[in-house]
Amino acid sequence: MTTAPTLTPEESIGSRIRWTLHDYRAIVGQEFVHMYRQPANFLWALGFPIVMVLLFVYVFGSAMDVTGQGAGVDYVAFAMPGMFAMTMAFGFMNTAFAVADAKEKGFVDRVRSMPMASSAVVVGRNIADTIHAAVDLLVLFIIAVLIGWSSEGTVLETVGAFALLLWLRFALIWVGVWIGLLVKNVEQAGNLFALAFPFGMVSSVFTPPELMPDWLGTIAVWNPVSATATAIRELFGNPLPIGDAWPEQHALLAAIVWPVVITAIFLPLGVRRFRNLGR
Amino acid sequence: MATTTVEAENLGKRFKDTTALDGFDVSVESGTVLGLLGPNGAGKTTTVRILTTLLRFDTGRAAVAGFDVARDARQVRRRIGLTGQQTAVDDLLSARQNLVLFGKLFRLNKADAIKRADQLLDQFGLADAADKQPKKFSGGMKRRLDLAASMILAPQVLFLDEPTTGLDPAGRREVWETVSGLAADGTTVVLTTHYLDEADRLCDRISVIDHGRNIAEDTPMGLKRRMGADRLEIVAADPVDLPALRSIVDAVAGGGAKVDETSGSVSAPVRNPVEALTAAANAVQDKKLDVADIGLRRPTLDEAFLELIGEPTEKEGDQ
Ligand SMILES: Nc1ncnc2c1ncn2[C@@H]1O[C@H](COP(=O)(O)OP(=O)(O)O)[C@@H](O)[C@H]1O
Ligand SMILES: [Mg+2]
Repeated sequence: MTTAPTLTPEESIGSRIRWTLHDYRAIVGQEFVHMYRQPANFLWALGFPIVMVLLFVYVFGSAMDVTGQGAGVDYVAFAMPGMFAMTMAFGFMNTAFAVADAKEKGFVDRVRSMPMASSAVVVGRNIADTIHAAVDLLVLFIIAVLIGWSSEGTVLETVGAFALLLWLRFALIWVGVWIGLLVKNVEQAGNLFALAFPFGMVSSVFTPPELMPDWLGTIAVWNPVSATATAIRELFGNPLPIGDAWPEQHALLAAIVWPVVITAIFLPLGVRRFRNLGR
Repeated sequence: MATTTVEAENLGKRFKDTTALDGFDVSVESGTVLGLLGPNGAGKTTTVRILTTLLRFDTGRAAVAGFDVARDARQVRRRIGLTGQQTAVDDLLSARQNLVLFGKLFRLNKADAIKRADQLLDQFGLADAADKQPKKFSGGMKRRLDLAASMILAPQVLFLDEPTTGLDPAGRREVWETVSGLAADGTTVVLTTHYLDEADRLCDRISVIDHGRNIAEDTPMGLKRRMGADRLEIVAADPVDLPALRSIVDAVAGGGAKVDETSGSVSAPVRNPVEALTAAANAVQDKKLDVADIGLRRPTLDEAFLELIGEPTEKEGDQ
């Protein structure tokens, strides 16, 4: 038998951190191979928002008065930022699927039985998904420009808007990780889409909350997805919903704070869930 | 000199309203293969998950490779390999990419990880499939890749949870040969199975588990022997001779003869098998009886198992 490599000697704190980063890199590298081997996944991830936007722009949009200047006016400019925000919002489902899949297939157990940093499964996932989301945004940006949308903001404001979008996505990854660890299998994760859908739609993504029934409008106004959508409309210089509720008047602040709140809740939940896999 | 590589005492584990382990003991000498044999739900996977640091337990104590599983999980993880009940390889990565990934996660640098991956692909007969994705593999090949992934650091103890469940006969044979090879090279192996032939073929010792408890622990041979003595069996050529044969068997075995009408045979447990066989053969000749067969029958492991757990085992690989 050929001789196997030996154990790396027991580590100091410093080299432990280095090895942890090495583990994260290995897992992110694995995710890159996934992306490379399944380019169609990008299409799947983007197909839904594109269909939605076409539907809203060309079917419902013509009847909607988003600016108070008449039905259909500036609807494309209103809807595109909404589509960006919605794509970020639904992105957490991909995270949930990937985590549920890794758990169901025994990959998580294998990794937990190895001398590596077990947090790499989750953190590596997070880094890879954020990168994936950045690619999604780039593609959507190009499509939006082709449909006739443009950012009226400065370069800095435009970049800031994209940063806010990734910020929302980053926070929602923790929701995805938690759900992925919570469900029994990928199928159950799929069923949760039914819950995610209203979360994405009852918002200012495609419809100004002012056009909704009062109670629904209130939910929509306070939805974190609306905060981001409204904030980036402001930064892009696109038409804003006409409301004067607090989150609409302070959209930028809300778009920064909401993801902090989400992370503060779901990061510990995910970590606890991960630890409890050993229960 | 034999040292104990795995030692667990009085393991207890409850899940809400099920008791998965109820005071289970197990010990494995280094360089040997231990089989955990039991029906579905017996507690095999629970035991493996505890010993591989994946699951906390309520009572008892467990040490693997000299380290306490609960207190020194890190040290244990550095010395074990695990192939779980499902194959845990990445279907989208090629076989080589999988092994390189696991190599890196076992803290090898890139060059060493690649070198080790190629060694393992050779050793496990996967060199030709190195650049293919596991989803295109046969069940046996996929299992072997899974085994290779848990052998990156040549672990002191290799845990295999139902390594052949769901494989076709060819795949099972491939995995058996691989496991035998690893054992011959000195790896301590703990495997679970509900296949008796598998335990018989691969294991030095078998621990029979049911309802989370030890039912028996012995060598495969010892388990068979425990079933009682060998049986003397005479198959009649003509059923009319059965009563006469029965009295012969009764006489040489000192009672206890059983007649099986369907197979037309008479049998009884005997204490001195060879003497009994000679005496019976002589008696048959003296009385000029015609017999189809006369001989000694070892109890099978199947019978030993049935006797021990008192219910039929699952034949198929449904979990
Ligand atoms: N995570 C769990 N939650 C609840 N019950 C469990 C869990 N894991 C195992 N069990 C129960 O514990 C018992 C032993 O299971 P297991 O160790 O998987 O058996 P085996 O591997 O021998 O088929 C079974 O009754 C099973 O239903
Ligand atoms: Mg099992």
